[in-house]
Amino acid sequence: MTAPDLQLDADGRLKHLLTIEGLPRELLVQILDTAASFITLAEKEIKKAPLLRGKTVVNLFFETSTRTRTTFEIAAKRLAADVINLNPQHASTRKGETLLDTIHNLEAMHTDLFVVRHPNSGAAFLIAGHVPPHVHIINAGDGRHAHPTQAMLDMFTIRAHKGDFGALRVAIVGDLLHSRVARSQIHALTTLGAGEVRVIAPKTLLPVGVERLGVHPYHDMRAGLEDVDVIIMLRLQRERMHGAFIPSAQEFFNLYGLTPDKLARAKPDAIVMHPGPMNRGLEIDSAVADGPQSVILPQVTYGIAVRMAVMALVMGGSPLPPRRPRRAALKEGGA
Amino acid sequence: MNALVIRGGRLVDPANGRDGLHDLYIDGQGFVVAVDERPADFPAEHQVVEAAGLVVCPGLVDLRARVREPGLEYKATMESEVRAAVAAGITTLCCPPDTQPPIDTPAVAQMVQSRAWRYGLAFIHPLGALTRGLQGEQLTDMAALDEAGCVGFSNALAPVTDTLVMRRAMEYAASFGLTVFLHSEDPYLHGRGTAHEGEVSTRLGLPGIPAAAETVGVARDLALIEQTGVRAHFCQLSSARAVAMVAEARRQGLPVSMDVTAHHLHLTEHDIGFFDSQCHVLPPLRALADREGLRRAVADGTAAAVCSDHQPHEPDAKLAPFSLSEPGISGLETLLPLTLRLVDEGVVDLPAAIALLTRGPAEILGLECGHLGPGATADVCLFDPEAEWVLQAETMRSRGHNTPFLGWRFRGRVVKTLVGGRVVFDAGAAPATDRA
Amino acid sequence: MTPTEAVEPLLARLAGGLQPYLERRPIMVGIHTGGVWVAERLHRRLALPEPLGTLDISFYRDDFTRAGLNPEVRGSQLPVPVADRHILLVDDVLHTGRTIRAALNEIFDYGRPASVVLAVLVERDGRELPIQADVVGRHMDLGPHQHVKLLGPEDLRLAILEDAV
Repeated sequence: MTAPDLQLDADGRLKHLLTIEGLPRELLVQILDTAASFITLAEKEIKKAPLLRGKTVVNLFFETSTRTRTTFEIAAKRLAADVINLNPQHASTRKGETLLDTIHNLEAMHTDLFVVRHPNSGAAFLIAGHVPPHVHIINAGDGRHAHPTQAMLDMFTIRAHKGDFGALRVAIVGDLLHSRVARSQIHALTTLGAGEVRVIAPKTLLPVGVERLGVHPYHDMRAGLEDVDVIIMLRLQRERMHGAFIPSAQEFFNLYGLTPDKLARAKPDAIVMHPGPMNRGLEIDSAVADGPQSVILPQVTYGIAVRMAVMALVMGGSPLPPRRPRRAALKEGGA
Repeated sequence: MNALVIRGGRLVDPANGRDGLHDLYIDGQGFVVAVDERPADFPAEHQVVEAAGLVVCPGLVDLRARVREPGLEYKATMESEVRAAVAAGITTLCCPPDTQPPIDTPAVAQMVQSRAWRYGLAFIHPLGALTRGLQGEQLTDMAALDEAGCVGFSNALAPVTDTLVMRRAMEYAASFGLTVFLHSEDPYLHGRGTAHEGEVSTRLGLPGIPAAAETVGVARDLALIEQTGVRAHFCQLSSARAVAMVAEARRQGLPVSMDVTAHHLHLTEHDIGFFDSQCHVLPPLRALADREGLRRAVADGTAAAVCSDHQPHEPDAKLAPFSLSEPGISGLETLLPLTLRLVDEGVVDLPAAIALLTRGPAEILGLECGHLGPGATADVCLFDPEAEWVLQAETMRSRGHNTPFLGWRFRGRVVKTLVGGRVVFDAGAAPATDRA
Repeated sequence: MTPTEAVEPLLARLAGGLQPYLERRPIMVGIHTGGVWVAERLHRRLALPEPLGTLDISFYRDDFTRAGLNPEVRGSQLPVPVADRHILLVDDVLHTGRTIRAALNEIFDYGRPASVVLAVLVERDGRELPIQADVVGRHMDLGPHQHVKLLGPEDLRLAILEDAV
């Protein structure tokens, strides 16, 4: 089984969004273009695009996340869907019985779309393999594996500020080992044809064999940021210091924190991104976070538009325009 | 019971150096009496089993299979599993001590054997627990367990973290000439890993178990084996590096052996695909280079046995996100087919493949089985080496249908199995006739 | 009937037909894409004082789950609030009526108009909903595999197309 087999239907339409890996470039561009059309809505008084009127969307978050869940909720409501939020108690000892049983119970209530966040890699795939054909799944983050909508939002931000991906040098900095966002970003960047993707972290925070994903690893941040167009700073969880991944916050900030002098190594018009929430003084210096090169705030608006786009594409039918009628000879006037 | 002759088959009996067209004569008590030459006192009334076109070999010996009794009957029962075993040509099973309760008292050891005996199908020889409750702290009554029929001692998958305890356990076992069966691994490096630490775990975001977890464990245990002189068997090694370490130890004369599971000889980390929990096994499926190393071990004799590591599960055990699913494959029914596939792929020839499933494991267990010389118990497996078939859940006999090999096409199918001269499985393809 | 000529007289007829409604100080709204082309010309002819509104009904279509999203969404622009105003809704072709229904839904999401008058360049047979035009350029009866299409944006021409068999 390959990802495209499960995510795309026989006609190549997006049925579920579980991971960026394996999706064709055209589809990623379509998501970005569709999101762009929803952006204009945000400026209007009427922010509606009632494509999902009468449909039920369930946000099934086994890991709490107010920020992501709220974004999905707003997106679904702008599409005029009915939204239900569930935060089931997830105990790993209860294993998959809880997960699939929960899904089956909810299906009985005529759910059309599940947005699922789960602490274990592969949860969204498991669910997608066990739902009837008319039910769609969007992965809002599974373990360390993937967070496709966040990655698409980051691509949207990059495209909005930088245009064509082919010319770009992108650096992803920080705890890649535990980051599902980074894995999805890497797939998106390589599929969209980014010129070069670099990952910058100590060896303890880089997954083994990360080069095989098509990236260049660096342990020296200054060298890694040389001439870079886009810098993506990843969140470092404080627990990593207790897990013997890095010795201390101080050392991490010294070596891998984005400070103005490290930022100066990048191109003068480089943009700084962060999927949030930020740890000031650990991953990023306040001067940079609040500085002119930071695009962290607009990422929030884009987030709603991207999630609307993904929901619309996943629930919608053929992405192609209806078959064009063939042009006949022009007729003389008729009755 | 009637005497019996198995006629016209290709007799492959590596322990006795036989591979060719030979008839096998079995007496009314269920023992092999002669090969080729019909004994003068062979009864005139006897059954004939026509074996033309079939391979006739000793009943297979599976070095590691879990029948889930006592304690885990919701997954499978001894009855269902021994039936599945004989249908797969397996007449002797060795089960690890991690039952519930564990096999750390003679009572449990005897219970397992007598229950199996009552079914009259495959024999089950238990391994005794190396430490009480498999906790890794105190030794078990190894001598008493040995008396009670345990063929060796193991801590199963529970690590013995305290090196001093492992040393003492080995020394104690060595006092009585007992064999320890090791699942060598450093528990700290295993951590919470569930897949091989490598390309696939990186892409899928699965916590990884580095090959170093195994090599560190093997290195420690080899040093202790050298120190204590115990006879030791390394169970289901998964990395090429560990295989090389064991091969080197053997060259230096240490009394060590190793086995490989049938699935590790065919699958790699890539078979996990997108989180297929059927490929969640411990030790994990590793890289291509590791699989090649395991194949070399089997080809050059470093690994003398291939086992199934049979672990039947109920469906829910696998219907969970990968890391939360229970590891293990229901492997009895693919033990012979996967080993025969090695012949098709040129890794070993047929007699060597049969040796890996008969003579090899029998020697490791120190049991009188796995061969068909005169005087041997007539445990026989007859299979059609050309029959092609597809593994399907509906026709599996084990209660556990948890296997990534569903849908695989195999060549080589068991036709009949005999235990003690009695036919215990008959696929209906080779009819027996009575001769007056 | 040559293509170019076909549209001019139709526009004239529409402008004439809309005259009686002008005293209500209506707002004109065209439906993308052809309806906007027609509305732009009518807006000029009638010299309407307030800016032309445009509607993109992509997000209000009723065939979304079958046909998916239109890849070229232009977005709607209604520069004048619609509440309590009289709307002149303009489209190029009235066929099944579903486009007009979507347009009405969208207008009502913006506010409650006093009235909506529908003007179409071409009205053809094949209605699937109880929708009618108030002012019509011309009527056509077409076969089941025929479609009438307005070509533009500069040189407006009507063409009749056949489905590929």
